[in-house]
Amino acid sequence: MEFRGRSISKGFAKGEVLLSREPISFYGGVDPNTGVIVEKNHPLEGKSIKDKILIFPRGKGSTVGSYIIYRLAKNHMAPNAIVNIEAEPIVAVGAIISGIPMIDKVDEKIFDLLEDGDVVEVDGDRGILRWVEKR
Amino acid sequence: MYLTPEEERILAGEYGEGMRKAMEILVAIGKIYDAERLIPISSAQISGVSYHNIGDAGLEFLWDFSRGARVRVKATLNPGGVDLGKWREMKIDREFMEKQGEVIKIFMSMGVEPTLTCTPYLVGNLPKKGEHIAWSESSAVAYANSVLGAYTNRESGISALAAAIIGKTPMYGLHLKENRRPEVRVVLKTELNYRSDYSVLGYAIASKAGHSIPYIEGMGKADLEALKLFAASIATYAGAAIFHIKGVTAEWMDFEPPGETIEITSRDLEEGYEYLRDEFREVDMVWIGCPHTSLKELEEIAGLLKDKEVAAELWITTSRQVKRMAEELGYIETIEKSGAKVIIDTCVAVAPLLGKFKTLVTNSAKAFYYSRGVNRFRVKVANLEKCIDAAVRGEWV
Repeated sequence: MEFRGRSISKGFAKGEVLLSREPISFYGGVDPNTGVIVEKNHPLEGKSIKDKILIFPRGKGSTVGSYIIYRLAKNHMAPNAIVNIEAEPIVAVGAIISGIPMIDKVDEKIFDLLEDGDVVEVDGDRGILRWVEKR
Repeated sequence: MYLTPEEERILAGEYGEGMRKAMEILVAIGKIYDAERLIPISSAQISGVSYHNIGDAGLEFLWDFSRGARVRVKATLNPGGVDLGKWREMKIDREFMEKQGEVIKIFMSMGVEPTLTCTPYLVGNLPKKGEHIAWSESSAVAYANSVLGAYTNRESGISALAAAIIGKTPMYGLHLKENRRPEVRVVLKTELNYRSDYSVLGYAIASKAGHSIPYIEGMGKADLEALKLFAASIATYAGAAIFHIKGVTAEWMDFEPPGETIEITSRDLEEGYEYLRDEFREVDMVWIGCPHTSLKELEEIAGLLKDKEVAAELWITTSRQVKRMAEELGYIETIEKSGAKVIIDTCVAVAPLLGKFKTLVTNSAKAFYYSRGVNRFRVKVANLEKCIDAAVRGEWV
């Protein structure tokens, strides 16, 4: 199985899927020191995004969010790759300055076809997500 | 998006890592908004300067980024989080002041001018009509597009910095004339007697017209100071990056008035003032200078404070450059004699003041929004005379 999207931030990564059907605000929504989602009542509240292939519709919130992604990367708490339905500048800029591969414009069916824990590869240069192994 | 051969080489890293990263940021944003290509800019205004806002994450990023990058066009800085000469009087600790100094030094090493003001157009970053620029700071963006007729989107601090380093920005949004067209006609059926009325008007239009680009009729004259307060307010409440005012702004003649019409009456302004006034009597602080005060405003404030003494804290925020001129003209001496503080390089909205004061009076609707939201103060908006009166009495009457 393969999802074709668009390259936003270059690089290649492999890891376990973590899905969120809700948008993510990195500023205020993610602890930059632990990589744990702290936004109250968020579906991923309490879960760590460290080393994951983080799949969510889009970013939201303050532009300071770009810096939080950078801090996560510096603290080795960042996701291995980011996959969005529709990228917006906060997360896109955050991924680029942090060297995290990122693609967008993948089919929304991805939320039904993948499960948390599936192992996938993301090719940030070509905008492709490839399924490797079922959880 | 089309890239020139030179832009391709920058993206491939031939000009170093800093330039590569800056180009990658611009290309990603260009892709997201379907820009055709990049266009040259004449200046940048960079936000994300206050250590209180960007924290260690921002400081680390800027430090790493600065090692391979310098700006190619005129670039100026938004306010930081502290007046470097008055941190004690602002109840801010030394560590914060030192971190803020680090941020400023890093920007300077990249060739950014440490103007530290939200009014770049008052200190020499003054683009002309039709010039493409990449500005962050929402009040300055609205002022530059509307009053000056320069072309800019609402940039973030990082995208403005990337644009300054490459000297270009993706061509989309407000860089295209057709996206600057007014969408709603706003007819003023009320007089505007004080500058704070213009600020409240920004809130009133936002409440009625939402995100639509307004074409305002019936304003008559408005000075720079009134327009800067209006721009800040409508940018805050409507997210507006551009507005047109018949007979006043740079491009009003370039467009036909839109068909959809709304009216703003004196009742709308009164309701605006009602919304913009929390309940309290004792006044801890009065703040003038959101956006940073001009020389003319400092002259007026000095006139109102002559031979008076303030009972509440009165903070007047401005730029270093304007303060210097006001000093030479004697305004600062008069203002400080009253016990008021003239504070530079920062403002109440971006300084670490959470919970340090309880109540605040200001002449700016934008200041109302951020002093409440960020600092948790109770706030009232009033005209300049009433603000000064509240500072002198220490209470709202």
